[in-house]
Amino acid sequence: MRAGWEVVIGLEIHAQLATKSKIFSGASTAYGAAPNTQACLVDLGYPGVLPVLNVEVVHMATMFGLAVDATVAHRSVFARKNYFYPDLPKGYQISQFELPIVEHGELFITGDDGKEKRIGITRAHLEEDAGKSVHEGFDQSSGIDLNRTGTPLLEIVSEPDLRSAKEAVAYMRKIHTLVRYLGISDGNMQEGSFRCDANVSIRPDGQQALGTRAELKNLNSFRFIERAINFEIERQIDLVEDGGEVVQETRLYDSDKDETRSMRSKEEANDYRYFPDPDLLPVEISADYIEAVRQQLPELPAAKRRRFVDEYGLKAEDADMMTASRALADYFEAAVAATDAKSQLVANWVMGDLSGALNRDGLDIGDCKVAPVELAGLLTRIHDNTISGKIAKQVFEAMWDDEGTADEIIDAKGLKQITDNSAIEAVVDEVIAANPGQVAEYMAGKDKLIGFFVGQVMQATKGQANPGQVNQILKQKLKP
Amino acid sequence: MSDSKQALYSRSMTELEAGLDAGEFSSVELTRALLERIGELDATLNTFVTVTADEALAAAERADKARAAGTGGVLNGLPIIHKDIFCTRGVKTSCGSRMLDNFISPYDAAVVEKMADAGAVVLGKSNMDEFAMGSSNETSYYGAVSNPWDLECSPGGSSGGSAAAVAARFAPAATGTDTGGSIRQPAALTGTVGIKPTYGRVSRYGMIAFASSLDQAGVITRTAEDAARMLGVMAGFDERDSTSIDHPVPDYTAGLGESIKGLRVGVVRQHFDEGLDASCADRIREAIAELESLGAKAVEVDLPNLDLSVPTYYVVAPAECSSNLSRFDGVRFGHRAENAKDLLDLYCRSRGEGFGDEVKRRIMTGTYVLSAGYYDAYYLKAQQVRHLIADDFKKAFANVDIIAGPTAPSPAFKLGEKIDDPITMYLNDIYTIGANLAGLPAMSVPCGFVDDLPVGLHLVGAHFAEQTLLRCAHRYQQATDWHTACPERFQ
Repeated sequence: MRAGWEVVIGLEIHAQLATKSKIFSGASTAYGAAPNTQACLVDLGYPGVLPVLNVEVVHMATMFGLAVDATVAHRSVFARKNYFYPDLPKGYQISQFELPIVEHGELFITGDDGKEKRIGITRAHLEEDAGKSVHEGFDQSSGIDLNRTGTPLLEIVSEPDLRSAKEAVAYMRKIHTLVRYLGISDGNMQEGSFRCDANVSIRPDGQQALGTRAELKNLNSFRFIERAINFEIERQIDLVEDGGEVVQETRLYDSDKDETRSMRSKEEANDYRYFPDPDLLPVEISADYIEAVRQQLPELPAAKRRRFVDEYGLKAEDADMMTASRALADYFEAAVAATDAKSQLVANWVMGDLSGALNRDGLDIGDCKVAPVELAGLLTRIHDNTISGKIAKQVFEAMWDDEGTADEIIDAKGLKQITDNSAIEAVVDEVIAANPGQVAEYMAGKDKLIGFFVGQVMQATKGQANPGQVNQILKQKLKP
Repeated sequence: MSDSKQALYSRSMTELEAGLDAGEFSSVELTRALLERIGELDATLNTFVTVTADEALAAAERADKARAAGTGGVLNGLPIIHKDIFCTRGVKTSCGSRMLDNFISPYDAAVVEKMADAGAVVLGKSNMDEFAMGSSNETSYYGAVSNPWDLECSPGGSSGGSAAAVAARFAPAATGTDTGGSIRQPAALTGTVGIKPTYGRVSRYGMIAFASSLDQAGVITRTAEDAARMLGVMAGFDERDSTSIDHPVPDYTAGLGESIKGLRVGVVRQHFDEGLDASCADRIREAIAELESLGAKAVEVDLPNLDLSVPTYYVVAPAECSSNLSRFDGVRFGHRAENAKDLLDLYCRSRGEGFGDEVKRRIMTGTYVLSAGYYDAYYLKAQQVRHLIADDFKKAFANVDIIAGPTAPSPAFKLGEKIDDPITMYLNDIYTIGANLAGLPAMSVPCGFVDDLPVGLHLVGAHFAEQTLLRCAHRYQQATDWHTACPERFQ
């Protein structure tokens, strides 16, 4: 952060709602179909066709509104946003303008100062997505793919409460986690299901009035958001410090060059001529409906995090990680329920070996090859001293490779821990006999060498000796 | 009842059905006769954009088979015409515009489906003002339609083709649409019956939109009884149209013959102000007197904001049309300019070439009234006035069952007389627009002549009071014979 300047950021996040069919037609929303195969006459804006609201989106928007402690409007209105573009078949986008379905919400993030910070959510409204213009692969012309046309979006608009790119990313991650928790969006950023525009301005420290903002368009990865905003902050400060002025404009982030550049100025901006869509009735929902949705809300990330600390005794930051997604939290809880091992041990394994293996194979927790109850089986064997933690890693890899359950693998590979005191004593005696120099040093007070002896014993037993017992026996035998 | 010597073309739907049922003629014979008549006489009128002879004969053949098997629908084998604003699968659906001259609809409108399901035989698609914007049928890309009563006169619009075709006895019934009077005004000017039901009564799915909050489909016939039959088929909830209303559809033909004794007929003080042709005013007073002689009670009512209806309409309707017509951009269907230099050129020339003057005038007006800085002063204000107008009707209907008055300020005017004067043209709809702004059912019934040109009596009802309107009109037609008069050339 450059001294003397305060950064003000507001985000407009577009979350694609996870409905099967489109917001105003029966066409499928599935991603990746051949161009124009998932656009019906309504999506194509044919003469005479009419939109019919997919009520599922109202349910989803209501869930979101309740989850961010917002007011869910009893009456909201769809409006037409008029502009011409080839991938906008009707010449207008159906959105919500004056009366959105969700208003006055809030979300808490960890601010730059490390403290909890409230971020206001101005509104969230429903709208339809446009199609896609395809500029490559056509000679002298452009192609249009209207599959995405009419895909339902929830546009979530924050207050200008964010003060750095880092806070913006933290906020966006929270929203990302939340919509996936609620099951209202898959949050897939590569496929464009979750993207944002950022309004960025600067002002001298202490100034109340907002500076002129630039709007950065279509940021579709957490990394790009941070880079684009940081570039834009530097650009604006440089500009003003050199005596220039920020102009209100829309800018596009180019991730290849890591820079933002002007798309259109305020003067070139469209007059969208919003007016209520006469083809659609106002969306009217009752207090009872809202209450019923509230009853069905899943446990939200913040509540789950608190519960993981209270109920499982997890460290706060581990609880944070364990609740990063609903699927991960569910996995954790299912594993905890199936073992007597400590919850923290389960968390360590989920965050450690399991996450490592998932990352390595590029899998989501939902596609995990080791079921929670299987992992629990492995952790139970650590807990009851059948195997050591180190051996467990080996067993886990075998489980990952589908070689069987933990017990089967332990049996088949003979990995059971040696807990017979006399057997361990015999090995300890051998190690002591073989290392007279180290024994002398240890006796002379070099306590740290105990680690060396444990290592030797473990090596000789191929890791199968119980480390606690090894320690105890060594200390006994090496007593001066 | 049907007189077997009465020419087929001059019979009502009810009379034709009796003939079909009695085996006096087949639907194929009837269809062939009307197609021949159209072939002989339409050149002078220009009521059709497309005559669907092959499809009609095939449908008639199916209808005859169904009749023989006893399985036909309620309009089985009866000929009708669709206004060219309704999408018809596999058939050109032009909406009277060059923009859609090449448009073959891939689907059927809800109204078209329902008519087909009922067994109606569609003779073709009727001419209309371009995108239903006009009150004279002169804005059509396919040329003006002539009024069968005087070929130099306009049949009114925008459903001028449908009205003129029914008046010329090309078919006993035709569909129409009414945004500000587009069914009722041409019905009045051609001596036919036209009904625009309550907003939401008939599905708008597949009806090319002009002004969505005002557009409503209806019918043009020669008798109220036929109108009741047609409306019974068209009406009903359609989940594809969010503004269609889920309200039971009564049998509109039932109770038509019941007395109108005690019916309270509102007579609007403001209707007889300046602006209404004096001879027309006489015909309307006579018609109201006739209703009184049938037992109705005339009650004076007030519609204080009537004079605001035309300006209100000419803000709301253009605003909606400016947006509704944005889809005609030359990209996916319809007229596309050749050799476009770039995207802007494609848009500008496709729309510039595809739309006529009146459509452009309304798109520009609508764009203006929705623009930043003007929205509150025009669009929002107009919506507020619209509520006032609706309230006026509500108050009036607290004391009366229907409101009766003139449909149009004058009989048919000459083609070319008003086309260069939009304001005068717009004032032609002064009596009809209120029903659209308030979403009320309304109809026009022939009630006499002025200088050999027909005059229409306008009846407006409360929401879903179509039955009352139809009963009143039917009783009036039982007592009068204005509707049986046929233009000389078409006898």
